[in-house]
Amino acid sequence: MAIDRDTVTRVAFLSRLEIEDAQKDAMTHDLSNILTFVEALNDVDASGVEPMTSVVEAYAPLREDQVNDGGYPDKVLANAPDRVQDFYAVPKVVE
Amino acid sequence: MSNALDLTLADALSALEKKELSSVELTEAYIAQMDATRDLNAYITETPDIALDMAKASDARRAAGDVGLMEGVPVGIKDLFCTEGTRTTAGSHILENFVPTYESTVTTKLFSQGAVMLGKTNLDEFAMGSSNQTSYYGDCASPWKAADGKARTPGGSSGGSASAVAAKSALATTGTDTGGSIRQPAAFCGITGIKPTYGRCSRWGVVAFASSLDQPGCFGRTVEDNAIMLQAMAGYDPKDSTSIDRAVPDYRAQITGDIKGKKIGIPKEYRVDGMPQEIEKLWQQGMDWLRDAGAEIVDISLPLTDKALPTYYIIAPAEASSNLARYDGVRYGLRVEGADLDDMYAKTRGQGFGEEVKRRIMIGTYVLSAGYYDAYYNKARRVRKMILNEFLDVYNQVDAILTPTTPSAAFTLDDAPTDPVTMYLNDVFTVPASLAGLPGLSLPAGLSSEGLPLGLQVLGKPFEEGEVLNVASVLEAAAGFQRL
Repeated sequence: MAIDRDTVTRVAFLSRLEIEDAQKDAMTHDLSNILTFVEALNDVDASGVEPMTSVVEAYAPLREDQVNDGGYPDKVLANAPDRVQDFYAVPKVVE
Repeated sequence: MSNALDLTLADALSALEKKELSSVELTEAYIAQMDATRDLNAYITETPDIALDMAKASDARRAAGDVGLMEGVPVGIKDLFCTEGTRTTAGSHILENFVPTYESTVTTKLFSQGAVMLGKTNLDEFAMGSSNQTSYYGDCASPWKAADGKARTPGGSSGGSASAVAAKSALATTGTDTGGSIRQPAAFCGITGIKPTYGRCSRWGVVAFASSLDQPGCFGRTVEDNAIMLQAMAGYDPKDSTSIDRAVPDYRAQITGDIKGKKIGIPKEYRVDGMPQEIEKLWQQGMDWLRDAGAEIVDISLPLTDKALPTYYIIAPAEASSNLARYDGVRYGLRVEGADLDDMYAKTRGQGFGEEVKRRIMIGTYVLSAGYYDAYYNKARRVRKMILNEFLDVYNQVDAILTPTTPSAAFTLDDAPTDPVTMYLNDVFTVPASLAGLPGLSLPAGLSSEGLPLGLQVLGKPFEEGEVLNVASVLEAAAGFQRL
């Protein structure tokens, strides 16, 4: 399926990706090709098949509800671009 | 020692055991070779000082009688595994300065079994690619050259890991395989690589691409080397809820070379249009080798084979778009300031990610967005289930499957496809087994007309890595492939 520039702009916003105007035509072209490629699945009748969630017999492993990790804010924050005390710092979000 | 670099992992362990060389000597030889082959750009970060410290510690342990499965063996670690205190980039600009404060489970296990880390190997950005060319840290080349003398791709995404083993700048390396990222580079670089069953090796501490497909594995010079290293990596990990709580058998002991009466499936759908004659010939040769060893060759059909790539290119980007949402410029990685929080996110991600990663995030976001989720994502998950069922049905008739690993030999870095979809077709033979979570191995089995390595792929039943290794060992013995 071909998509248009406006769709690329909308999906880029949903993805929180800045895409420069000069790049948008190339992105529109590439994404349209990929979406056309994956539409080969339209030929497959998959009705009645449950969508797969995992190739392994997944189960939620249970354990005692105990704290078994943590308590080292400096390790957690070691790679933070910006921090204030033991918190991540972000640009102001509330006016 | 004639030349320490020529030893297989198995030989090196035995030479270390016999005190013919020390881990420090072996490690020094590999550090010198890392130096000598730096133009291949197989490593993003070299860690010679760490390697020598680890080698010294290994020699001390060995002297004290404490010998692990990988004791004293110098290895390269794909730069997708978090290594405590050593930068882990995932091949991306966005993680250029990321220094993990924890160690992945797989590397923890390898190091606790005595492995020595030489450095972090090059890869496609976030493991998204089939040529290692999406890496922010530059192209990596294979040490193999054809008559034209042009640099060839090592394949991807684990290109640096494969190139390093082929160029002897590591004795063995870790890799990860999401759609073929171990098997395709192994084929292109003339070495052996195994992707175990999904869930066999812990994904904890491995930078996530597509979580339902990602699986750690390894590269080595021989099938036996793969068996030894996988043994040290595999096993249940409570920190990865998709890892499987199941005993890990002795893989090396399962390599008996006896495949009499085994049934090997040949899927007719893998004879794709335009497949070069030499690939077809190699495949036929592989069948003959197995038949000569007493196996029964069985024609099988996997009708959805040509739907695997389209399925993969919905599921993998969908999961990637979700996994990569974590790179927000707040907790770790690059931050590019913006007018407000949303602008900061968009700028950070826009400048931090490369083009292929952006394309996949966009495709993933699109197929998961309202109105398209069912048509694309759920449809792909249904077809994936059908692909899995096809394999499981076939495994009622056969013990393993033999296919070519790739539809061609390695292309030159200059002539690599620029169209994403053409590049995706590289993984046509490896993606189906990834979708089904099956174990698969690629081994070098011959040379192309240009003198470049070609691989054969052995696929097994879930958790039958030993069977895969055993069948591969028969092919390896028959092929007598000359390593670099």
